[in-house]
Amino acid sequence: MTAVITVPASLDDTTFELVFEQLAAQPADAKVIVDARHCTWASPYGLVNLLTLAQSRTERPTFLIPEDQDKVTYWARAGFFKFATELYDVQGTIPRPRGSGDSDVLLDLTQITKSDDVHDVVERVKDKVTQIIINKLHLAARATMGITMALSESCQNIIEHAGRGGWVMAQTYQYRKRLGGRHAIVIAVSDAGVGFRRSLESSPRRPMTDRWSDGFALETAFVSGVSRFPEPGRGQGLKGIRGYVNRWDGKFTVRSGTARIGMIPTWDDDVPRADGLAPFPGAQLQITIPEKVAA
Amino acid sequence: MMRIDVGSVLRHSANLPYGDLVTRSTGAAVRRCIEAELAGLGEDDVATLDFTHIGMMDYSCADEVVAKLLLDLARRGARPSSLVFHGITDAHLEAIEDVLLHHGLALVVHFADGAARLVGAVSEEERIIWQLVHTRGGVQAEDLAAERDRAADEVLLVLEALYDRRLLRRDGFTFAPIGVVS
Repeated sequence: MTAVITVPASLDDTTFELVFEQLAAQPADAKVIVDARHCTWASPYGLVNLLTLAQSRTERPTFLIPEDQDKVTYWARAGFFKFATELYDVQGTIPRPRGSGDSDVLLDLTQITKSDDVHDVVERVKDKVTQIIINKLHLAARATMGITMALSESCQNIIEHAGRGGWVMAQTYQYRKRLGGRHAIVIAVSDAGVGFRRSLESSPRRPMTDRWSDGFALETAFVSGVSRFPEPGRGQGLKGIRGYVNRWDGKFTVRSGTARIGMIPTWDDDVPRADGLAPFPGAQLQITIPEKVAA
Repeated sequence: MMRIDVGSVLRHSANLPYGDLVTRSTGAAVRRCIEAELAGLGEDDVATLDFTHIGMMDYSCADEVVAKLLLDLARRGARPSSLVFHGITDAHLEAIEDVLLHHGLALVVHFADGAARLVGAVSEEERIIWQLVHTRGGVQAEDLAAERDRAADEVLLVLEALYDRRLLRRDGFTFAPIGVVS
């Protein structure tokens, strides 16, 4: 039996929960058709997770591309179809990608499978990130290094913990609703690996509690900085990202399994922790750094 | 004084074709190369790690190249007696400060513009005393006690703590900065 997973018209971290919910109703080996025909907008979180979705399936899924050719062209330029065609049976005409050429795309969709990929990401973004931080977000030059470090650490999370490859994408946006027209950098990182709970379960550092859950595991790693590795310096990457995001009034969320945890700034109305979400493997990170408000 | 160009270690000794210190595996490879070079130093030598040719450094690399290096040297009672970090910029400092605070460590940093600073887990009094020693170039506890309006034995305790953490050098009763770059 084949199930159709409908992609919402606007695909971001909030609306992707609708995709996870539809997917959770299907057995892992069921054939699914991911129907993006009516999708008119997707954030980096949406695009990286469409790839992760396919990676999580036993049976190769089918993907119906957006009807809006502008969107298809944009997704192609962002590198989406380069990976999607490896993971999905893609139905529809895909234009030949001609490089992003888009000043808003900080980092095209990039696959992360090994340490060299992280070096490549850092090398590719560092010139452009300086321009964006200073000219669009009006932050101090020191913020440039922090965002590159956040990218590096979140990508390393895949290599160190996921047990399989994942994807990263970064872009700037002008937020019309929540940020009153301010610009923001958005970084999304996703994998379909073992996730935080199973990663910590493989370690003696896992807290022994009968309340153990995806949410507890996320809190253990995100708030307490506990990693599956025993060395005292481990687990500091997430803590470092939190410190950076907090310093620049940003938002940082991590979803894993059936839970999501986040550092939520005052300009956003998300909740700091959500449990009982639709199950999905691996870890899905999103970092948002907004433009500085003029004093 | 031994000077180790960390950029050169990254590209040549560790054989990694990069300009940035990112990823834990890169940091571990660089640290092992630096440890091998430091093994040849004698007692009371000062080694300078020069980061001038390093672009950025992330937390994982800082943990390997900075924190683990300092911890391993202290644990093994290894020489050199002191390490100084030279050529540090804002591109390195955020990660370095984070890992030093996490491990309760401190080090002397010489910035690219020549300024020196004590970075990491130190008390305000330790920072002030260290700065005074650095400004004067060589002092005894009694001199600083008068200036700080403190008892000499209290100041001596702070100076000895800084010396024990390899953040100052000592010659008899005189305490002096380490690794002043000429």
